[in-house]
Amino acid sequence: MNWDSIKKIAQDVSSGKVTAEELVRRSFSIIDETKDYNAILSISKHRALERAKDIDNRIKNGEKIGSLAGVPFIAKDNFLTFDTPTTASSHMLENFYAPYQATAVERLEAEGAIMVAKSNLDSFAHGSSTENSAFGPTLNPIDKTKVPGGSSGGSAASVALKIAPFALGTDTGGSIRLPASFCGVVGFKPTYGLVSRYGVVAMASSTDVIGPITSTVEDAALVLDVMSGKDQFDGTTIDRDTKTYDGKPMSLKGAKIGVVKEYLSSGIDKEVKKVILDNVEKMKAQGAEIIEVSIPSISLSLACYYVLVPAEVSSNLSRYDGQRYGLSDATAKNLDESFEKSRAAGFEAENKRRIMIGTYVLSSGYYDAYYKKAQIVRTKLINEFEKVFKKVDFLVGPTAPMTAFAIGQNVHDQLQMYLADIMTVSANLVGIPSISIPAGMANNMPVGLQLMAPQKADRALLQIAATIEEDN
Amino acid sequence: MSKISEQDIRKLASLSKLKLSDEEVILYQKELSSIVTYIEQLSDTDVAGLAPTSQVTGLKNVTRADELIDYGVSPAELLKNAPATKENQFKVKRMIA
Repeated sequence: MNWDSIKKIAQDVSSGKVTAEELVRRSFSIIDETKDYNAILSISKHRALERAKDIDNRIKNGEKIGSLAGVPFIAKDNFLTFDTPTTASSHMLENFYAPYQATAVERLEAEGAIMVAKSNLDSFAHGSSTENSAFGPTLNPIDKTKVPGGSSGGSAASVALKIAPFALGTDTGGSIRLPASFCGVVGFKPTYGLVSRYGVVAMASSTDVIGPITSTVEDAALVLDVMSGKDQFDGTTIDRDTKTYDGKPMSLKGAKIGVVKEYLSSGIDKEVKKVILDNVEKMKAQGAEIIEVSIPSISLSLACYYVLVPAEVSSNLSRYDGQRYGLSDATAKNLDESFEKSRAAGFEAENKRRIMIGTYVLSSGYYDAYYKKAQIVRTKLINEFEKVFKKVDFLVGPTAPMTAFAIGQNVHDQLQMYLADIMTVSANLVGIPSISIPAGMANNMPVGLQLMAPQKADRALLQIAATIEEDN
Repeated sequence: MSKISEQDIRKLASLSKLKLSDEEVILYQKELSSIVTYIEQLSDTDVAGLAPTSQVTGLKNVTRADELIDYGVSPAELLKNAPATKENQFKVKRMIA
């Protein structure tokens, strides 16, 4: 059974038509029915029900709750939350209980939303399939033999399985959009800095963002509206739009939409390409001006990403040393051995790969050739995007060059796995907003259409995405 | 040119504070070599006149008032996740073997 729109749910809870407790129990029962998919790692049994009852009581007493009154949601298990462990799908944090909550979660709760469960991910968000989880892969809701995409695979699967109306994800190189594409739901990556990352397990600080995964663009906009804006605990946050992020459809007449040539050339599945081109035709029919554009450095974006991100990963993950929290090896004889053994036991293979690659590109002798070079290529990419955005308002292309692949297919070939992100990483390197919306089916699996806009044009991007969604 | 040797892997593991088994060293030697070969495509790119980017929204030196902020978390709560504590502090193994 589908959930109503988030707006309607909040209205119905606020007017007493349904209770928050009923909604939370509904989420719990779907979690129980869909256990096979391994989308959920832990449930906030106690606190979610307590908060629901409190909200219901306050409504009975005539209190106003907020724009998300009683709306259940799922948080990726790299958001610090009360009542459940925050594992980042790793043995390192398997028994870690956060002493405080992420700002994003706090803001959602302040508007009446209720966090009901935590979702599976690739360990420390390192991956494109959710197979790197220390607690087993999540299965794709459309076809159990396929991956849900990653790293927010549990969150995307949760929304597709209708466990809750929305889920939170994190996106460092495509980790919201790719699983949204593979599971047939909406995934939104905001402008860098628009949502506070305080209380979220850091991966690569120069690209990490937080965003919603939902069934509709309007729902994504409403969730963003609550989470966005400056936070004194995250110095990278920026001002939000003065207007509401509403995700209301707008006219496509006169909108200049750039079709990125590089995203439709070699390496893309033919059926995926057809779905995307059909969508572009529809936009044209609605009056959009379609302009072919070229961003040559896109071909280098994945290489650039796989220098910069491991470098930042190696730095951010150095805090997991087995001394203050997290897994700690009890057999070590001295401090150094305690570091090495705790980290060896707490990290998955992909975590270790990225830490070592990062250490390699940052070491003296290689720093200029890899790390600094990648930072300069990043500038080149930014300049090319800026140039193109002088000609067009939005960019369009596929979210991924393929549909969901089989579980196990790419686990022994990291480069093949990394290639799943080839169309999403650029938005992270450039810091622009990007959204994946369901565009149709190819190979009997969902295809995601990716739309991008200049930095801070999140509001317009959500509106145009809503327009295209309406036409599908 | 950039083939990573098993010795390189041992060095990287040591710098990264990761204890690896001999099997892992062999595996990561192969895997990291192919990843490094892939990222080497950056070397031929012409980037004359361009400066490196590390921050994309143009923020610079974000500061705040030098005031105590109440994070709402007590030291005792923060120490709860520690493997070992003593006198309200983290306790670690001896540093000199």
